[in-house]
Order: sequence, then structure tokens, then C-alpha cells
Amino acid sequence: MASNTTPMPANAGFDLGRFLRRNGLQVGVFSVMLFLWVIYFVSTPAFRQGNIYTALMSTVPYWGIVALPLTMLVIGREMDLSFPSIMAMSVTTFVGVNLATGQPLLAFVACLLTGFAVGLINGLIVVYIGIPSLIATIGTQFFWSGMVQVITNGRSFPLNELRGTAFRDILVGNLFGFFPMQMIWMILVGVGIWFLLNRHRFGAHVYLIGDNENTARLMGVPVNRTRVLMFAIVGVAAAFGGLLNAIQISNFFTNLGDGYLLIGLAAVFLGGTSVFGGVGTVFGTFIGAFIIASIQPAVVAIGWAGFTTEVIYGLIIVLSVAMHTILRARIR
Amino acid sequence: MTKNDRLELRNVSKSFGEVHSLRNVNFSVGQNEVVGLLGDNGAGKSTLIKIITGYHQPSSGELYFNGQRVDHLTVPRARELGVETVYQERALADQQSLWRNIFIGRELTTRFGFLDVKKMRAETDRLMRGELGFTSTAVTPDSSIKGFSGGEKQGVAIVRALYFHAEIIILDEPTMGLALSETRKLLNFVREIKTAGKSCIFIDHNVFHVYDVADRIVLLDRGSVAGEFRKADLSLNELLDKMQHVAETGSL
Repeated sequence: MASNTTPMPANAGFDLGRFLRRNGLQVGVFSVMLFLWVIYFVSTPAFRQGNIYTALMSTVPYWGIVALPLTMLVIGREMDLSFPSIMAMSVTTFVGVNLATGQPLLAFVACLLTGFAVGLINGLIVVYIGIPSLIATIGTQFFWSGMVQVITNGRSFPLNELRGTAFRDILVGNLFGFFPMQMIWMILVGVGIWFLLNRHRFGAHVYLIGDNENTARLMGVPVNRTRVLMFAIVGVAAAFGGLLNAIQISNFFTNLGDGYLLIGLAAVFLGGTSVFGGVGTVFGTFIGAFIIASIQPAVVAIGWAGFTTEVIYGLIIVLSVAMHTILRARIR
Repeated sequence: MTKNDRLELRNVSKSFGEVHSLRNVNFSVGQNEVVGLLGDNGAGKSTLIKIITGYHQPSSGELYFNGQRVDHLTVPRARELGVETVYQERALADQQSLWRNIFIGRELTTRFGFLDVKKMRAETDRLMRGELGFTSTAVTPDSSIKGFSGGEKQGVAIVRALYFHAEIIILDEPTMGLALSETRKLLNFVREIKTAGKSCIFIDHNVFHVYDVADRIVLLDRGSVAGEFRKADLSLNELLDKMQHVAETGSL
């Protein structure tokens, strides 16, 4: 029997129990995905071909890129229901600056800055006025999507002149003809947010604030600044995701972002992030996004009626969140 | 009050709107002294502590650390001056791992604020096996602390304070909700603070626990200091009588 002076005995090889304890939530959501994919693979030929993967990788990132920092926000025990309108508002800025200057790069920077600013405003309202973010961002969602309509008069703007430019190819081109660039961007954003959340002081503070805000304050964590910045980061991501969407379809419709709210949130919660804060992973959201996005094409490919989609959505979301709740209670 | 006091409060008052939580309180903590702070609910103990830790600003009065006056004490400034609190609510984040809890707000970082996770895990492992006395292999630096017992959580907070070279450790109702054996462990931790040459403010409802470890005892009643005794000068029974008297009459 090894004495207690030996640090970490029985740790010579791979310790499965410890790995599961540390990564239970990720393993859980990953298993759900594997399980679904086995079903897809067996029951429909579409999932044995490449096209469907190219399609998923080109459409998921628009909102997936927002779901990743949204995970951080939810871990910090906040919520942002206004990101669809941040998408539209930021791309409105892009279109405006691009029309005025003819410089897409400049317009790109202005777009991200708009996202940052609108996110920052969300954060300031929540933190310094003290309105719960659930309510505050319902308000700002209406406000900014209304502003977009007012500014544009409701008309759409073609972005055809960007076709064939390096700018467009870098953002939404296809690598080797089948791998969408937006997927690369989503992976980069995911890695970036992972580092911020797990390997940076900022992320450590996010976890603490979400877990126990009072403790965070007592221990001298800059609570207010951290919370405001969380919103601003979601804003920047929303601007980026929205822009990828508009540039890919070479058109800016003022209803850009519609339909992304619920699937974005579903990806976060499917991924194992707790609505009570303090717990969650970026990896889980990443997988969650692809689970959500795969359901509709799978239902169609299998040949079920389209309305079945939402039934399956509901089932998988409820079952997965139930699984996470049970896992969280057991793993320490 | 000597110049050598670790901490001194002079004429400190604090009111929240119409409510006067503290009135002209004079309070000091000497070098390597354990001061017991006794008082009923609402006597102002928590307010006093929150002023010392920089969480509240006093409405009037002065604070001195090692004889130096300090204005506008903030939480980070108080920590720089060596004030550490083990709070009632324990100042821990339940769902986070042990290593994250040890380094709350004081994460070890490399350049650009990136966390030095490896070093924090290693330090936590060392503290666990040493000062904290965890011998079970089921507990690792990555264990979340929600499974820890009340005494273990207090231990984490006290060891954390000593690790970061706290000069004055404040224990706010540390024995509340602890089993008997856990309480004994905790009182031993308090004696360790004394042995380490640090000072301590020990707040509790339970006179017996306070009397056990304190060098000096301060009685707080309705926002004022009602009395102050050296343990050497008075027996436990005398203390109990005096407390009874204060509770009934509001003075000695």
C-alpha cells in the first residue's frame, strides 16, 4: 500500500473514472450525438454521403458562432435574447459603411464594433440599472430589430459585388470545394472561447460569478466589468455570425437572425450548460449545435413528415437536459 | 491602544439610511492576538467585519492598519493589507473545483492573464495533503467542493487565507452548523493561526467556543462596544454573567 506522501497514487496510466468525473457532461452530449448518428447512418443513405455534411457545416456556424460565447454568458448566469437583432443591426452597419466607402474591410470592422457596442449596452443596462437580463434583452431585441427596419425602410440589400473577392472567399468560401470557411471560423471561435473560459482569468471569474456572485464579490473579483464584457463578446460574435450569413447568401434581408434564437439557446442547454450558472462547456454547445441542426435533414431524409421535426426537437432537448441534470447530481 | 496594533478602528459609525448599525465603535486587534467578538443578532458584528474588509465604507470614523491611517478601504486594498475573511456563507463556490476555490480572485497567471492551471493544481495538491489533511485518494484538486463537509469547507477557506499570507484572519460564525468533531477541528485551525504568528478576529454566538481560543473578548451590543475583557482577567462564568447583564440592560 502506497503511503500518503506519494502524490496521486494509482495514476500511472489512464484513469477512466477520473476522466469521466472531470468530463462527464461532454461525454454525455457526445454520446447523444453518436447515438443519433448511428440511427441516421443506418436508416438513410443521405448521411453516408458528403453533401449533407457540407450543408450542415455551411449553415450551422451562422448561429453556432453566437451560441459559443452565449454559453459563457449562461455560465455567468445571464441570458441574451437579443442576439438575433444584434446580427441584423450589425450587418446594417456593414451594408451602410460598404455602400458609403466601397471598402468591405472597413465595413467589416464597423460591423464588429456595432456588435460590440450593442452588446455593451445590454451589459450596462443589466449590470448598472439592475434589470434582469432575460427582460432587458427582450426589450433590446425589439428595439434593435425595429431600428433595422427604420434605418433600411424594410428593404433588402444585395451584396453581389462581393462575389469573387478574396474578402468573401476568406469568410465563406469553400476549401477544396467542399469545406466551408465558416466552419473554420466556428472552430476558431470555439477554440478562442474555450481558452478564454478555461485558461484565462476572465473565464475563471465567469464561472465564479455564475456559481456564487456574492462569493465572487467578497473575494474581490471584478464582477461588474466581467458581466458587461460577457454581453459585449456575445455582441461581437452575433455581428460576425450575421455577417457570414448575409455574405454567404449575397443578400441582406432585414429579418436576418429570425429563427436563430431558439436553436441557439437549445444548443447551449443541450450541451449541458446549466441555466442556474456556474456549469457548462463550450465543447458541449459545439456538439449541441450540430445535434439540433441535424434533426431536420435527418427527418426529411428518413422520409417522415416534416412536422415530425419539432416533435423530435422537443424530445431530444428535454431528454438531454434531463440527462445532464441527473449527471450533474451524481458527478463530483 | 498602542501604535503596534495590527488594526485599529477609531470612532467608527455606520448607518444605512435611518438604521444605525454601528455607533462610535473603538476596536483594535493586536499583533498575534486572537480577539473574540461576541454579540447578539443585529449587534453590528457583520457590519463591523464588512467595514474591516472594505466591503462597506464607514459613515464616519477612522481605520488604522499597523498605525497607518487608511481612507477609502476597498476589498482589494484590504486584502493587500492582509485581511482575509472566512465568511458565514463561506466565500466558496460550491460547484467549482477545489483548485479554483483556493485561487478565487487570485488566480496564478502567466502572460496576458492566462491561467497557470498546472501550477494551481500542484499547489492545491500540496495543500490538500499537508495543511488540509485530506488523505483519501477520492479527493483531487479537481473535485468539486459541494461534497465536502462543513468543517472541510471552513478548512479550505482558512488554509487558503494562510496560503496567501493573511495577517488578520476573520472567522464569521465559523462553528455554525458544524458537528462536534468538526468544531474541534476548526478550533484547532484557529490555534494554528496563532501559532503561525497571525492575528484573528473570531466571531461567534457560542461563548464557549470564543472563550476557548480568544486572548481578548469584545462584547458588541446594539451597535456599540458594551465591554472588553482580557481572558486572563475573567473566568467563563463571569463572562456569562456580564453577557446576561448586557443583554438585559444594554450596558455593563
